[in-house]
Amino acid sequence: MAADHVDHHEHHPYGLAHQFEDMAQQKESVLLGMWSFLITEILFFGGYFLTYLVYRVNYPVAFNEGSHHLDIGLGAFNTVVLILSSLTMAMAVHKSHEGSRNGTLGYLIATFILGGVFLCVKYFEYSAKFEHGLVPGLAWHPHGEQSPQLALFFSLYFGMTGMHALHMIIGAGLLIWLLVKTAKGTYTAEYNAPVEIFGLYWHFVDIVWIFLFPLLYLLGRH
Amino acid sequence: MATAEQDVNASGYAAPETNYINNGYGLKSWLLTKDHKRIAVLYMISISIFFAVGGLFAGLIRLELLTPQGDFSHSDTYNKLFTMHGVVMIFFFLVPSIPATIGNFLVPIMVGAKDLAFPRINLLSWYVYIIGGALGTIGILAGGVDTGWTFYTPYSSTYSNSNVLIVAFAGFLAGFSSILTGLNFIVTIHTMRAPGMTWFRLPLFIWAHYATSIIMLLGTPVIAITLVLMMLERAFGFGFFDPRLGGDPVLFQHLFWFYSHPAVYIMILPSMGVMSEMVSCISRKRVFGYEFVAFSSVAIAILGFLVWGHHMFVSSQSTYAGMVFSVITFLVAVPSAIKTFNWTATMYKGSIVYNTPMYYVMGYLGLFLVGGLTGLFLSNMGLDIHLHDTYFIVAHFHYIMVGGQVMGYLGGMHFWWPKISGKMYPEVLGKASAVLVFLGFNLTFFPQFVLGYMGMPRRYHAYPDEFQILNVASTGGASVLALGYLLPGIYLVWSIFKGAQAPQNPWGAKGLEWEVADSPPTTFNFESTPVVTEEAYNYGPIEEH
Repeated sequence: MAADHVDHHEHHPYGLAHQFEDMAQQKESVLLGMWSFLITEILFFGGYFLTYLVYRVNYPVAFNEGSHHLDIGLGAFNTVVLILSSLTMAMAVHKSHEGSRNGTLGYLIATFILGGVFLCVKYFEYSAKFEHGLVPGLAWHPHGEQSPQLALFFSLYFGMTGMHALHMIIGAGLLIWLLVKTAKGTYTAEYNAPVEIFGLYWHFVDIVWIFLFPLLYLLGRH
Repeated sequence: MATAEQDVNASGYAAPETNYINNGYGLKSWLLTKDHKRIAVLYMISISIFFAVGGLFAGLIRLELLTPQGDFSHSDTYNKLFTMHGVVMIFFFLVPSIPATIGNFLVPIMVGAKDLAFPRINLLSWYVYIIGGALGTIGILAGGVDTGWTFYTPYSSTYSNSNVLIVAFAGFLAGFSSILTGLNFIVTIHTMRAPGMTWFRLPLFIWAHYATSIIMLLGTPVIAITLVLMMLERAFGFGFFDPRLGGDPVLFQHLFWFYSHPAVYIMILPSMGVMSEMVSCISRKRVFGYEFVAFSSVAIAILGFLVWGHHMFVSSQSTYAGMVFSVITFLVAVPSAIKTFNWTATMYKGSIVYNTPMYYVMGYLGLFLVGGLTGLFLSNMGLDIHLHDTYFIVAHFHYIMVGGQVMGYLGGMHFWWPKISGKMYPEVLGKASAVLVFLGFNLTFFPQFVLGYMGMPRRYHAYPDEFQILNVASTGGASVLALGYLLPGIYLVWSIFKGAQAPQNPWGAKGLEWEVADSPPTTFNFESTPVVTEEAYNYGPIEEH
């Protein structure tokens, strides 16, 4: 009796994975999955933010000094770039809900380009820090008088922005995969969860930067 | 149990022709499987190997401690031995032990689903675990690591001359793998329950795994970032915890224990889920106070995040902070006691079956009681100053993590073995293993309570002569314990080839995995989605004898 197999896939909607009963359950699951993952990401970055908080309270002078060494123009430019990329990403999700393949594709490409611009600017910022000897451990010979804890600020600067940049690079990699899938016409008005949950990830990475920018570049500037 | 075997023939249970085990044979069908049951088996094999490796290190430690002077290992070698014992056992055996094996196998079946919500992520978690395990093994073979499993700075980040980076990265990967497992469980339990399977009809095993998954999701990323900070400091000379740059080594301890204390509950909560299932089945009764047992799991998960400071009573932490941490630590005893009392109350006036799972339940209750109560000694700030970093604490956490989790793991493996393998194991040997483990465990670790109280510090390879007699007892106990662990490894594997065919429900237990799924289950678990119409553990009234 048990050997008789009931066909689980008699009526199988497009894009529905075998373990789910229907599209609604699948969508609920993948959204909850991504939100749960983002909670782990918040706690992951939370370790950095806590460390920053502790040392900022202990060494305010060194941290003020540190923020003066950062290029506020480039930081502000990058902030605008990322906010724009969040807008294009939101539009891509919107277009995928409408089932517009070309619309989705266009906005995803725009998001990819903006992410690339951010990483390029970051590259030039990092190079400048190496030139000025502001990289703890690797190239540390800052000019003039400085607080002994300035290295702590720059350790955090590179640790935090580096981890954020790593998330951007992973995001860009996922975007390429999404672009290929979208170009192939994989996503429809009914099945577009991958675009949507990638959108959540991308917005999260943007929000991390929205916190990093004031903490590292703005606080303590006069 | 001869009667169970006769039932097979009498009931005429026909095992399904195609099940998850014979649905495809080649190596590829296992290594690329998305079936949660096959992934559970992959995990079982992998963690057994790491358990053996970690056990080997433990054996070498006990051998060295047989005599007061250093015999075959220098203090440096000894540091590596206990570090690698801890790293292997915690990151590669205890944390994944029940969730990734029995949990992986049972969570979808118990909620009435075809699979976990994300089968590919489930497979990914195994690969991440294996890559972490491989890196850890390379680190060990290349000379090992000597920082203690806690990787305390600044020793780990600056001074140690051992393979800190690769082993810490291995731990990072193991953590990532457990995040993926926890995420899968949370989503599955939320969205994949069968019709009629309400939250309060869920087996308590599921509640325990839900609580465990919360800790995995919220705690594990913090240890991940802590290890990243330490590795950046070691690799590039960044100064997060370096006092020369103004960094604070104690901050590392705070971050580390913010995860690692909740992680202790990853290493006990799943076994509590196993206990609830087994206690109810062997007593033929619904678990006493179901809701209390369910919520005590969640309470332990929440309280677990608020007690990390009790690891730092003597690390320059403020006394007032210490007092708060001490009080909250005492509070953890409440949900733990609720569980223990409720299991005992479940057995009261139950119709108790004396089978192997029952032996493990009894062993667990005894060992967990001792482990839990000695935890109260340690949460007392004054007493902790005397007991800190002595063998007392070593004995305490082994009573919880080995006496609790490993007893739960082995008990659960016996209880669900007919379901997992489709075969019955030899009942006599099962009982013998439970007795050996219980006796060997107590002989190994009880003397360590006394040693610790007398003042023997942990992590030294030599000790004064007057401690020898108790150390000899401990080493002797470890040998019995090793035998107790070896035995199930042998007869369970034997039963796969030679054991009697298991009936669908050898224990007459309640639950979808026993009543609806086959032994062993088919690839999609159920022929059609089951509909749940009754409470969990709805055993009939007990007949008077």
